[in-house]
Amino acid sequence: MTADPYAATESETTQGKVYTVTGQDWDSIVTGIAEDHDDKIVVNMGPQHPSTHGVLRLILELEGETVTEARCGIGYLHTGIEKNMEYRTWVQGVTFCTRMDYLSPFYNEMTYVLGVERLLDVTDDIPEKAQVMRVLLMELNRISSHLVCIATGGMEIGALTVMTIGFRERELVLDLFELITGLRMNHAFIRPGGVAQDMPAGALDEIRDFVALMKKRLPEYADLCNANPIFKARLVDVGHLDLAGCLALGISGPPLRSTGYAWDLRKMQPYSGYEDYDFEVQTWDSCDAYGRFRIRLNEMWESLKIVEQCVERLAGLEGAPVMIGDKKIAWPSQLAIGSDGMGNSLDHIKHIMGESMEGLIHHFKLVTEGFRVPAGQAYVPIESPRGELGAHLVSDGGTRPFRAHFRDPSFANLQATSVMSEGGMIADVIVAIASIDPVMGGVDR
Amino acid sequence: MTEQDPTTDVVAAAATPEPGEVIGHHEGMFGVSGSGDTSGYGGLNRTVELPGASTPPYGGWMDDVAASLATASKAAGVEAAVEKVVVHRGEITFFIRREDLLAMVKLLRDDEKLRFEFCSGVSGVHYPDDTGRELHAVYHLLSMTHNRRIRLEVTMPDADPHVPSVCATYPTADWHEREAFDFFGIVFDGHPALTRIEMPDDWPGHPQRKDYPLGGIPVEYKGATVPPPDERRSYS
Repeated sequence: MTADPYAATESETTQGKVYTVTGQDWDSIVTGIAEDHDDKIVVNMGPQHPSTHGVLRLILELEGETVTEARCGIGYLHTGIEKNMEYRTWVQGVTFCTRMDYLSPFYNEMTYVLGVERLLDVTDDIPEKAQVMRVLLMELNRISSHLVCIATGGMEIGALTVMTIGFRERELVLDLFELITGLRMNHAFIRPGGVAQDMPAGALDEIRDFVALMKKRLPEYADLCNANPIFKARLVDVGHLDLAGCLALGISGPPLRSTGYAWDLRKMQPYSGYEDYDFEVQTWDSCDAYGRFRIRLNEMWESLKIVEQCVERLAGLEGAPVMIGDKKIAWPSQLAIGSDGMGNSLDHIKHIMGESMEGLIHHFKLVTEGFRVPAGQAYVPIESPRGELGAHLVSDGGTRPFRAHFRDPSFANLQATSVMSEGGMIADVIVAIASIDPVMGGVDR
Repeated sequence: MTEQDPTTDVVAAAATPEPGEVIGHHEGMFGVSGSGDTSGYGGLNRTVELPGASTPPYGGWMDDVAASLATASKAAGVEAAVEKVVVHRGEITFFIRREDLLAMVKLLRDDEKLRFEFCSGVSGVHYPDDTGRELHAVYHLLSMTHNRRIRLEVTMPDADPHVPSVCATYPTADWHEREAFDFFGIVFDGHPALTRIEMPDDWPGHPQRKDYPLGGIPVEYKGATVPPPDERRSYS
């Protein structure tokens, strides 16, 4: 008989007995603990545990079911995106950073692009239509990101209907992304100087339909959860963190606003024309996981309001430019969506290959070499669904970033794991972490 | 003796306008040498220069912050802590002497005219050609009370990569400092547990330093070979 490599094993170490438990096989651990009469046990949860939001490893010290110490182990999804960006042009950088926090790709692109534009000193030259499209995409993205947060958070406490309806609506947002950018994620759509291409025909009608549908669907979440006694029993007073704790630990986004403090960079330090939109900053004053859930739910309503205003403005901007006028920065190739997906515009190919030698040279230089960005450094943070997301960019005057560092809100917010969970029950650890909404792609980069 | 206006101190400190800070230079183009190049690109010589120190007035609220900081640091006995101030693209950077960093961050957080209560993070930057100041630790601070942002920068030589940890003042710096240590080898003295955070514990070297190769293998595509990104030609 061959040994089962996945079977439960145990071994003695200098620090005590180590049990490896897999599947449903808890027999050896139960008898082991009964023998040793040792109340304290250290449990490794993850990195491949379904309830830890991706590859997050939790090291929990338990006494019975009470967590006495909680620590995070991260780094399992580190892909060296920041280092890689130093070896590509400034425009190619967008393609890398969009992959970091995979639930809010437009925000990663946006904070990076705002930094590049500040270094280029062209912030005021970005066309209005590009700014409106950026806001539109970001707010749609906020809805899809919050939906995943609520869906997975519901799944982890057993509310599977919340999960299925959450992903159902998110799919609608991804369909809109696909229609506008050609891709469901990893868009690389927001570029230094503007956006990659204009709105496709019929997109505004699709968005209007989506908004109308969401106004019917969002109340379902409220009906399912807001006053649900089981849902409230799991969330109320769990993952408590007050304002002082948030400031000390650098926590931003919904956890900060759940302390009643209306800090939102869209209002406080507006970018991309956010000062022109009518919306409210959502707060709750319970400092707990339930408050964060209600904030996310309310923020989706506010995002719908902003999306409606964007659609209205875009309807009046038909045919307006979506890329900066400076031909030394604007990506020369116009993309077009053909029957086989997004690709080069055939008109553009015809122009550079058949009509204009200068056009070809210009295209070649800008695509292979890229543009130079004046030396200096910039940090332009934005309000992502998870909090303050910023890119610290350093240029040495070359065609590539000298250094790109991302301050990801998931990374900073995850530090609250121990203060939110220690002293509570092990089941509440999952709720507390879900209320932070960490995305490991952003944490590890 | 009348009390001196703190704003004039800043003027005196930065009265002589410095040129941009030279951090290295590039020769030629495409990263190719010894190829008998006749295009003339091989003769290119570009000095890499970061924005130099600024002289006041810096404009708007930046003067208030500089003045308050000068007053507060004088009262705390660390008036020489600010090496220089750089204002570029509407952002202000204070270069802080590393031995005074702890006193300064405490002032910045606690002084009611400053109140930078939120630390957005710590980022390392490696300038291999900036002799004696190869490593920089960059802190982004936010004052929610006054709605302002500033940047602190501390430089240190490669041979002595130590900087005091600001964890006691800004607990959020814990993971950020571990990350800067992991990627750049900057040692934050006084950090509660300075261990690697992204890379495995036994990883050799600090991957985001400029002398650490990116790595990669050549890829064959339709008969041609595409070199790894760090071996492709570079225009910088």
